[in-house]
Amino acid sequence: MTVEFVLFIVLGAIAVIAALGMLLSSNAIYSALFLVVNFAVVATFYLLLGAPFIAMVQVTVYAGAIMVLFLFVIMLLGAERLQQPTQKLIWQQPLAIVLVLALLGFAGYVVAMQGAFTPSGELVNAAGYGSPAAIGQLLFQEYLFPFEATSLLLLAAMVGVVVLTAVDERRRRSRPSRRS
Amino acid sequence: MISTTYYLGLSAILFSIGVVGVLLRRNAIIIFMSIELMLNSANLVFVAYAREFGTLDGQIMVFFVMTVAAAEVAVGLALIVAIFRSKASIDVDAVNLLKG
Repeated sequence: MTVEFVLFIVLGAIAVIAALGMLLSSNAIYSALFLVVNFAVVATFYLLLGAPFIAMVQVTVYAGAIMVLFLFVIMLLGAERLQQPTQKLIWQQPLAIVLVLALLGFAGYVVAMQGAFTPSGELVNAAGYGSPAAIGQLLFQEYLFPFEATSLLLLAAMVGVVVLTAVDERRRRSRPSRRS
Repeated sequence: MISTTYYLGLSAILFSIGVVGVLLRRNAIIIFMSIELMLNSANLVFVAYAREFGTLDGQIMVFFVMTVAAAEVAVGLALIVAIFRSKASIDVDAVNLLKG
């Protein structure tokens, strides 16, 4: 029982509890905040795994930007408390739980069959592993084309969002009675 | 040094919780958050295996997954806003116009 192992167990428990809280809370705002906790814990795992740059990106992009977007939309719609709808598919809930338990069982079996492997500590502890400089060199040399492709993806997403959320002015003017 | 197996197990648990969220919750925003949780657990496996093999390629993949997740969240939330405008609800059971 090293210190690192105790740290892993405690952080893993926090991550699982936060994920369950996200799943079970009835208020969407609480769900979003639980998910922020989960992302922060996963960022700590990245630090333990020798990925400081990815950990920082996780905190700024995931826990920061993406979750702020979630909270913004929840508050914009005022949809944090939805009334519990009547369940239309009665058989769906138990079937889903059985299937997820089967998935978890198979995943656990595969993971257990892999055998425990512990990497040698030298590579991870080597200076520069996972540093911004090393990531940047790999990103702009070997992965230059995928990097440029993601810029196109982000542009397409941006245009799509503007098109989807833009209010059609002509339609609004021609049918004023629909807007109370 | 914690063995990679533990990280894989934790990631499997988080992924399963995400699947439960997608299958059981009817709130579209919660379903989206569950998808984020699943992407995040996949990222954890990427970083764990990057350490296992001593290369950085896994961490680069995490970078790209985050980019795709950001684009996906932006478009998905725009869709949810559009659905909310027309139906005044984000219950996924309410979106049944194509049902015969």
